[in-house]
Amino acid sequence: MTESSAGRLLAHPFNFAYLDEQTKKMIRRAILKAVAIPGHQVPFASREMPLPYGWGTGGIQVTAAILGADDTLKVIDQGADDTTNAVNIRRLFAKTAGVRTTTRTEEATVIQSRHRVPETPLREGQIMVFQVPIPEPLRWLEARESETLKLHALADYGLMQVHLYEDVATHGRIAKAYDYPVLVNGRYLASPSPIPKFDNPKLDRNPALLLFGAGREKRIYAIPPYTEVKSLDFDDHPFTVERWERPCALCGAVDSFLDEVITDDQGGRMFVCSDSDYCETRRAPTPEAADD
Amino acid sequence: MYVAVKGGERAIANAERLVAEERRGDPAVPELSLDQIGQQLTLAVDRVMTEGALYDRTLAALAIKQARGDLIEAIFLLRAYRTTLPRLGDALPVDTGAMLLERRISATFKDIPGGQMLGPTFDYAHRLLDFDLAREDAPRTPAKTVSGSPEFAVPRVADLLGGEGLIEPSPRSAAAEVPDLTQAPLAFPAARPLRLQNLARGDEGFLLALGYSTQRGYGSTHPFVGEIRMGAVSVEYVPPELGFPVEIAEITVTECDMVNQFKGSAEAPPEFTRGYGLVFGMSERKAMAMALVDRALRAAELGEESGAPAQDQEFVLSHSDNVEASGFVQHLKLPHYVDFQSELTMVREMRAEWERAQSRPATEAAE
Amino acid sequence: MTDEPLLRAAGVTKAFDRLIACRTVSLELWPGEVLGIVGESGSGKTTLLRCLSGELAPSTGTVEFRTLESGFEDVHRMGEARRRFLMRAQWGVVHQNPRDGLRMRVSAGGNVGERLMAGGARHYGHIRAEAEDWLDRVELDRGRIDELPTLFSGGMQQRLQIARILVSKPRLVFLDEPTGGLDVSVQAKLLDLLRRLTRDLGLAVVIVTHDLGVARLLTDRLMVMRRGRVVEEGLTDQVLDDPHDAYTQLLVASVIGA
Repeated sequence: MTESSAGRLLAHPFNFAYLDEQTKKMIRRAILKAVAIPGHQVPFASREMPLPYGWGTGGIQVTAAILGADDTLKVIDQGADDTTNAVNIRRLFAKTAGVRTTTRTEEATVIQSRHRVPETPLREGQIMVFQVPIPEPLRWLEARESETLKLHALADYGLMQVHLYEDVATHGRIAKAYDYPVLVNGRYLASPSPIPKFDNPKLDRNPALLLFGAGREKRIYAIPPYTEVKSLDFDDHPFTVERWERPCALCGAVDSFLDEVITDDQGGRMFVCSDSDYCETRRAPTPEAADD
Repeated sequence: MYVAVKGGERAIANAERLVAEERRGDPAVPELSLDQIGQQLTLAVDRVMTEGALYDRTLAALAIKQARGDLIEAIFLLRAYRTTLPRLGDALPVDTGAMLLERRISATFKDIPGGQMLGPTFDYAHRLLDFDLAREDAPRTPAKTVSGSPEFAVPRVADLLGGEGLIEPSPRSAAAEVPDLTQAPLAFPAARPLRLQNLARGDEGFLLALGYSTQRGYGSTHPFVGEIRMGAVSVEYVPPELGFPVEIAEITVTECDMVNQFKGSAEAPPEFTRGYGLVFGMSERKAMAMALVDRALRAAELGEESGAPAQDQEFVLSHSDNVEASGFVQHLKLPHYVDFQSELTMVREMRAEWERAQSRPATEAAE
Repeated sequence: MTDEPLLRAAGVTKAFDRLIACRTVSLELWPGEVLGIVGESGSGKTTLLRCLSGELAPSTGTVEFRTLESGFEDVHRMGEARRRFLMRAQWGVVHQNPRDGLRMRVSAGGNVGERLMAGGARHYGHIRAEAEDWLDRVELDRGRIDELPTLFSGGMQQRLQIARILVSKPRLVFLDEPTGGLDVSVQAKLLDLLRRLTRDLGLAVVIVTHDLGVARLLTDRLMVMRRGRVVEEGLTDQVLDDPHDAYTQLLVASVIGA
């Protein structure tokens, strides 16, 4: 599905992709700094956007700052293109930028996502923009920004390792299912955003550029292509991902993250790929047969 | 056969249409005009301008109408609009000393030069529902105007105290040194100018509660209202081509000077300390709350014991913005089912392990 | 190597506004030596300890620690990163109030293992085993390794603090009123433990106390402080048995069985 809304653009007095050029420059400077220091959170002067804080304003500002007229944009939320949040953001860019949009991961040059990494492997030249609610991985262990800033500067991450130790001592395992902390480029502790830990391995040495935007918290960080991303663990309690006992009920995939759908009042359920594009492509490989 | 639900786009469009219908209400009832809102709900407009950080009564009235009376939503609308406006430069600091006074009171002295001017205040009203207001056309008696116009340049109470050296001087900083909160993100510890900027846009309810807490023992400062003044001030700007100031607007503001607990040390004699609040329009309660919280946040700098919530800079300044707060709280309504699925999977596994451990014969204490 | 002191302070003075908490204190501490700083409350001994341990910057004077890597380094002029590293790896502070020295919401094992993890230890089993070892050494029941310190008695919390610090094998330990608030019998056992540990591990110790009995039992040398100044110093037995300064004499005389 592709849209072209150049005609609608003329009716609205917005700059291309809503933000004015000065703001875009400011954000790009922050992005460059973030790329130069993988995993380090760079403060930026986040703006109020037409969507509320918490709805992805950080991701939106990053996308708006890097989007060009030749780009093809894909927006997903929970892995799907048609969840309300994704629809809303896509509408905003259609209205203010008129860029080509797509649901096909392979066709996109910029992918903005909330809470998932697509199953289809990314390529060099693609940019993935993550929406981040709480960029600070130590926030739940140390509420003060002034202190967490120091811990990052000193690479003093003992607090996090102790937290993982407590998990193993209490639950017999590390009990973090999503937003699982990672060490980027062997230096900075970062939050991969609330993606399920299932997606963490996809971040490691990914050929694409990964950008993270937190609007309300006013931070941008980045993982440049081919950067080492290691999920924290213990040598004797290594990092593991979720597994399902059955394949996707629609396309038969055994290697994708599955959503649990409750189908009737008796609690009947089925498991379906969370990544709608991946599922549809597997079911109908010919390009035009996808959806409306 | 399960088919993934589509039509998110249609659902959103329908929701918007529904909002428009609800907003209009019964078509037989006359539609609200911006003038009506601007003229008769002035205090709502004042609040939206203050927390929206944009002085424009018409736009604020529009935002209130569009938000169906939800003021935090209206504030959000104004802030989002503000983002689209070009920035031309910085005005000169507004001179509240030259205010055209509509209201001016002080609780610290019975009589002050310039007098106590009550102005249009609720303060002494009896809170009895006035059923005359239920009609649109009840006859009204015009207010008696006091002979003699309000004086310009009525001296500040704080300056009167300052003349005797009894109150700390108001800190001055060169305009060039004052950073802009909307241009660079807040870092802690934040200097007072940035704190005041944050408080000025901060949620009235939040600041009210914090200010109240300081009066009940959570970081008390023994405050007195040194002065509250409300009226019109001139906004001046120096265009680079001209090199001299021109008046570009006249706005109404309310300013509150709180006089607080004195402090002294070995080097300096005891003197009163200050708290400051400044808002658009007649948002007096907000100005007062702001002044209380401003003073509380100065605890560390004044060498006082701090530890109360109102004295905790990071706590106060990180949570004062209701646009941020509303967004994050309400974002919980967005789909979170993927992360929930992750948790479900983990909890199920952990429960299975627990059950297996229960059914095992008792061995030495598990690791 | 043992010709040089481990810690040396020169002219350390700390003033708060007009109150001078401690005044031009100088000292040297050798490896394996236990130095006691005694005095009444208000004598400035805790302030001095905090200046020596790096927690508080003196108004004037220097504190130098002989590091493993690069000889003497000025504790207060070095960068915060370096100081935090040394405070965690080469010396440690046992606080008077255990709540200041422990993470109360982290299990005993987590508390003891923290320094190891901060230093890069990544094997849960090994970390836990070493934590258990140290719990044994400070005579805590290793079966309580997963309990929160809030469930421990005051004396046990002190032992836990000691274990938490010793796990990184520091060369110098600061003890601030370690027996404060403890029952007499509990005190005796703790002192016994401290004596054994310092001897077994060859630790250098600076111990601040108002209790001359503690000083007698644990320390090799003693400094007596009064109103911020050092009024007497010397070998412990000599100072306690044959005090020269009038104040010291008063102090000794007022304590039964000192």
